[in-house]
Amino acid sequence: MQALSRRRFLQVSAGAASLAVAGGAATRVRSAREPGARGADRVRKVPTFCDLCFWKCGAIAYVKNDRLWKIEGNPEDPLSRGRLCPRGTGGVGAHFDTQRLTAPLMRKQVRGAEQWVVVTWDEALGHVAGKLQEIKSRYGPEALALFSHGIGGNFLKHTLKAYGTPNIAAPSYAQCRGSRDVGFMLTFGEEVGSPERTDIRNARCLTLLGSHLGENMHNTQAQEFAEAVGSGASIIVADPRLSVAASKAKYYLPIKPGTDTALLLAWMNVLVGEKLYDREYVAAHGFGFDAFAAEIAPYTPEWAYPITTIPPELIRESAREMARHRPASLVHPGRHVTWYGNDAQRSRAVALLNALLGTWGRKGGFYQPASMNVPEYPYPPYPHAERGRADNPGKRYPFAETAITTGLRDATLTGVPYPVKGWMVYATNLLQALPDEAETIRAIQKLDLVVVLDVIPSEIAGWADVVLPEAVYLERYDDLNVEVFREPFIALRQPVVAAPADQKPNWWIARELALKLGLQAYYPWKHVEEYLDTRLKGAGFSLAELKTKGLVRGKQPPVFYEEGVQPGFPTPSGKIEFYSLQLKAAGFDAVPRYQPTAEPPLGAFRLLYGRAPMHSFSRTQTNPLLGEMMSENEVWLNAAVARRLGLESGAWVRLRNQDGKRSNRVRVRPTERIRGDCVYLVHGFGHTARGLQARFKKGASDAGLITRYERDPLMGGTGMSVNFVTLEPEA
Amino acid sequence: MARFGMVVDTVRCVGCMDCVVACKTENEVPEGLCRDWIVTEATGAFPDTRLEFRSERCNHCDHPPCVYCCPTGASHVEEYGHLVQITKELCIGCKACLASCPYDARYIHPEGYADKCTFCVHRMKQGLPPACVAVCPTNCMHFGDLDDPHSEVSRLLASRRQHALQPEAGTGPRIFFLT
Repeated sequence: MQALSRRRFLQVSAGAASLAVAGGAATRVRSAREPGARGADRVRKVPTFCDLCFWKCGAIAYVKNDRLWKIEGNPEDPLSRGRLCPRGTGGVGAHFDTQRLTAPLMRKQVRGAEQWVVVTWDEALGHVAGKLQEIKSRYGPEALALFSHGIGGNFLKHTLKAYGTPNIAAPSYAQCRGSRDVGFMLTFGEEVGSPERTDIRNARCLTLLGSHLGENMHNTQAQEFAEAVGSGASIIVADPRLSVAASKAKYYLPIKPGTDTALLLAWMNVLVGEKLYDREYVAAHGFGFDAFAAEIAPYTPEWAYPITTIPPELIRESAREMARHRPASLVHPGRHVTWYGNDAQRSRAVALLNALLGTWGRKGGFYQPASMNVPEYPYPPYPHAERGRADNPGKRYPFAETAITTGLRDATLTGVPYPVKGWMVYATNLLQALPDEAETIRAIQKLDLVVVLDVIPSEIAGWADVVLPEAVYLERYDDLNVEVFREPFIALRQPVVAAPADQKPNWWIARELALKLGLQAYYPWKHVEEYLDTRLKGAGFSLAELKTKGLVRGKQPPVFYEEGVQPGFPTPSGKIEFYSLQLKAAGFDAVPRYQPTAEPPLGAFRLLYGRAPMHSFSRTQTNPLLGEMMSENEVWLNAAVARRLGLESGAWVRLRNQDGKRSNRVRVRPTERIRGDCVYLVHGFGHTARGLQARFKKGASDAGLITRYERDPLMGGTGMSVNFVTLEPEA
Repeated sequence: MARFGMVVDTVRCVGCMDCVVACKTENEVPEGLCRDWIVTEATGAFPDTRLEFRSERCNHCDHPPCVYCCPTGASHVEEYGHLVQITKELCIGCKACLASCPYDARYIHPEGYADKCTFCVHRMKQGLPPACVAVCPTNCMHFGDLDDPHSEVSRLLASRRQHALQPEAGTGPRIFFLT
């Protein structure tokens, strides 16, 4: 282990240069076998698609002598182009993770005590079905809420729609990209979607606001980002932290957190004031431009300077750089954008800046996504829910288009508009995904039933009545991925190896539950292969073909205006809405304005958080391969501030937030890569679930410190970068 | 015979460690050990900080001290690709090679022999690039014959600024970093 310890954590912090070496951080050693595939080895290749995040890259899993060996990208797959990201490559570890759930569990003590009785599937699902019938007869089927993340939840959604609930939500909306999609919808009449319809690879100028591509490892985006960098595209990054992407930038704007809208307004002011915007495009497609131009006239770079701390000349030069390359000048819409509560309006400002640059529908901007036609399975219609969704009573958030997770939590807590009495949670760790975990726990106390389906014993599983262990993606079929992307295709996820214990695929769990609920009419098929084959035959393919190829590609339609796509904007005016009458009618700003956000008190820092390339949410830390790449997070602190506070590299601290909430202990990382008014944590660490032994209390949880949040008045998203922390040295 | 080397474009690299994970699965490197790793070098003060991301591994040096110091001949230069390889059956685990390597590229495998990057010679013999090169989502790594002036690596080295690690050690490293 000598070599390892020398390599393990080498940091030279003296002087101007600092080196951080990562790799081989774990110290446990297991017995080794022969590397590589040798003549006598039996190697089998199975195409499937990845589930380490929601990007759904095409993959080929290799099985050597009946044991999972490695996973590579499927060269035919338009998303991965044969190259998976570190998480996808490390997907092997999801199968071998020793901390996986292995059998159905029922709690034997109060909720949250994590004391379990192992039961059979029949007992577990029988209990859940009984409770669901009870909830339905006492409160109506709408009293059940499903929180579900990813394509794996499709069959469970089907069962619960058949049961009769409309309350199905995912944190990917109100805690992530919902505000962005609303901002773009209000401007162009269409969402950005997922995968984002961004044509990064053809962009000659790419502007990122807080979006940290390369750390945020959405494979296609990271690949195209590298391609753009490699081909000499201008990169402009505004971020309080010098992200990996910022290190590649021609213009780096170290913006004060919370002031992005002021910067966006100033950029637009320059483009309009200096007549650098795409006048033809705006004249042809814009609505309300003159009123918009009048509104932004006061927002000069000089106005923005004291707000953003970005010098006016840097704002002007970067705006001119954007204009120089238009329309191949993409301002990235970002993904996790629920920061300050005014996020839909900030996203609208991003959309408007893109409109000025004429990027929507253009090469190097936003493409028109394409997909193949695959008929749904011919199920009977779902029962009509008599009461509408519970998450947004009275349309309090008038522009919310999808269910709001935190709205369902509110309804659970208050019984308004009606009682919510059961939660089913699929593949989302609500305690790390929703802000204010205490509020989530209070809501859980009001419930008659909490069921969690997952692969690892996450924090939310600890609060369940019944925990149902799911097979990981390498061990199961899932629904088809009918991708909406630049290049249309259909992909299959199929089992590569058997589940190691009593874990079951979600389709089996959803179907068994439906049968126990008397909903057999909704499951005319016995095995998911029949379902998949029926859908594929409807599209002119077959399951047999997909099992061999993994994916089939469709005919390539035009995806840009330059290629013949007809511009069309499904907004009320039928045009790009520079001035929004629907926002005005609802009592909001027709053109975005800058709203200041509260500032950290003296001596405190704004808590910012983000991603690391080898982890997804709080789901991958126990994966032996990925956990080894990054086993705990550190708190990033400006080097000069760290010197002033006397905190050395690696010193242990606890973070204490404005409400007195303290984190696990975490190491300080003094760095020349962040402003002095904020600190940064990679999300997903600081686990408190006892079942996650290898990562229990390793690092600090940003989610645990997010006790406050600001709601977006347009769509109910939860701005979470509004918490402040101080650092308490730990002896 | 070819003289294989690698060129890593630090401008494209984002330091995601995919190369490390791919190497570990391809070569079944035991938990806690790795044959390649990522170095992030930061210079300058915020906000004028410059970063260089490097995927590092055995340099398969032209003048390999690990080979010169090996008492049993386990560490040797293989004719195929002029690569530094280890015959594990001959290795006695004395760690002389670990001490001699200026790049800290070697470790002792739990089964007792010195181990390190092979440039995935088993893949090369099937016409495949090393696992780290094949997986890289940023396409920042290139592999080929340094003696062939028309190879991709030679063309890249002729056209871009570059540096190798610790040239002063005199080992003739064969991994080059484009900047």
